[in-house]
Amino acid sequence: MAFIKIAELGKAYQTIGREPIEAIADISLEISEGEFITIVGPSGCGKSTLLKILGGLLRKSRGEVLVRGEPVDGPRRDIGMVFQNSVLLPWRTVFKNVMLPVEVLGLEPRQYITRARELLEMVGLSEFHDKYPRELSGGMQQRVSIARALIHDPSVLLMDEPFGALDAMTREHMNLELQRIWTESRKTILFITHSIPEAVFLGDRVVVLSERPAQVVEILEVKLPRPRDLDMLATEAFGGYAHRVRVRFRIKRGWE
Amino acid sequence: MTSPKLSLGERILANVHYILIVAVFVLFVGSWELSLYLLSIPEYLIPTPRQTVVALVRGFMRGVYWWNTWVTLIESVLGFLIGSGAGLALGTLLAQFRILERVFYPYLVAFQTLPKIALAPLLILWFGFGMSSKVAIAAMVAFFPVLVNMFVGLQSADRDQVDLVRSLSGTRWQIFVKIQFPSSLPFLFAGLDVALVFSILGAIVGEFIGATHGLGALIMQLNLTLDIAGVFSVLVILAVMGVGAHVAMQAIQRRVTFWAKTETFTSL
Repeated sequence: MAFIKIAELGKAYQTIGREPIEAIADISLEISEGEFITIVGPSGCGKSTLLKILGGLLRKSRGEVLVRGEPVDGPRRDIGMVFQNSVLLPWRTVFKNVMLPVEVLGLEPRQYITRARELLEMVGLSEFHDKYPRELSGGMQQRVSIARALIHDPSVLLMDEPFGALDAMTREHMNLELQRIWTESRKTILFITHSIPEAVFLGDRVVVLSERPAQVVEILEVKLPRPRDLDMLATEAFGGYAHRVRVRFRIKRGWE
Repeated sequence: MTSPKLSLGERILANVHYILIVAVFVLFVGSWELSLYLLSIPEYLIPTPRQTVVALVRGFMRGVYWWNTWVTLIESVLGFLIGSGAGLALGTLLAQFRILERVFYPYLVAFQTLPKIALAPLLILWFGFGMSSKVAIAAMVAFFPVLVNMFVGLQSADRDQVDLVRSLSGTRWQIFVKIQFPSSLPFLFAGLDVALVFSILGAIVGEFIGATHGLGALIMQLNLTLDIAGVFSVLVILAVMGVGAHVAMQAIQRRVTFWAKTETFTSL
């Protein structure tokens, strides 16, 4: 049985006085535990909607979403979310930001202090415990938000273009970091991006979505050895995968 | 904050605006005195700075000023606390319950555009000549800036931050306490700052209309006896009171919302 099962998922937004807007037409996808799935698609294609449905923030219109065989009809405790902007609370220190899920979930804070420290160490920010978010660079802020998403030890990590706002150099560095974090923590990750190289570099499988309303155009298995490094970006194999994704994009847009 | 040691000269240069503030004050007082002399304006119209200071000292020595300042201060502060407390509570309710917002919004707009101070005579009629009518007027004028800013502030909460708490199965109460309320603080303080100054204004206007004590009543009495230096000295007290209130509020604001961007949240 698949760890996450998405079957014939559809989503339409109701609008007052107008036709409903179709965001997702039909997505079916099965994900096994510990898998790193990257999802690429044109901007505004409904990628974020998909992630919000998985996170229980939005209701689906049709189809089925199951995690461990249980239907997702609201937020779940075993899911961690990372947003495009780090979404840190500016009035809390780095440490208190990481502890936020513990408070909201009503867990015993004392049992998580050590874990919070370890996570901050894992993302390379142990020195920044008592700093406030504005004192951190964009890349550091996003690393704090990854630590925060992991604090309550969720089995699934949903990441919505987490590195989209970062410059190219920081972004590559963050990709390496994330791969390391994934290797260490063995979470199931759904990672949305609109960067094709990023999708190929990180994913076990790359899911290519169409323009809105979103449909699965192709699911591409990336058989590059791990751990992957930046030199791999220059290899022929990598280029081949990236090319295949790019071609799928173009066909769907009718450029060829 | 650890800043590198500055030489005395550099420190003076960094704080030069304080010196200039004092200089402007001296210049102001000087040109006040000088223009009265040059234009030969009689002192029963505008007193000299010296006469104002003399009246101020005499007033405090006789104790009249102490008592009246105290009365106005209490009226303003009580009115401020009641008005802003009510504004905070109602603003929160409106922001939390969509239906309340929809129903009450038109009334609030209507009331907002009404010059509240025009109701002062009525409040004197209802609450009498004592302090309670001034407290009521001060509360009424303090109410709206806090209400509006609290409402807007709570709605200003970042959607993603709210989603973050929701994604963790957070309750509405948790969203309010952990996200919306802290987000509203810069707005709330902008409202409180205005409300504090307004409440002093409200108390004074109330005292103008009908009161036996307070700085407003004192101004009326001094005006009637043509003690213009006295009037000026009371204005000085009011100015100090207003500035003091503003500075105190800013100090609290800086401590509470140190994390906010330094953009100014103007009151709406």
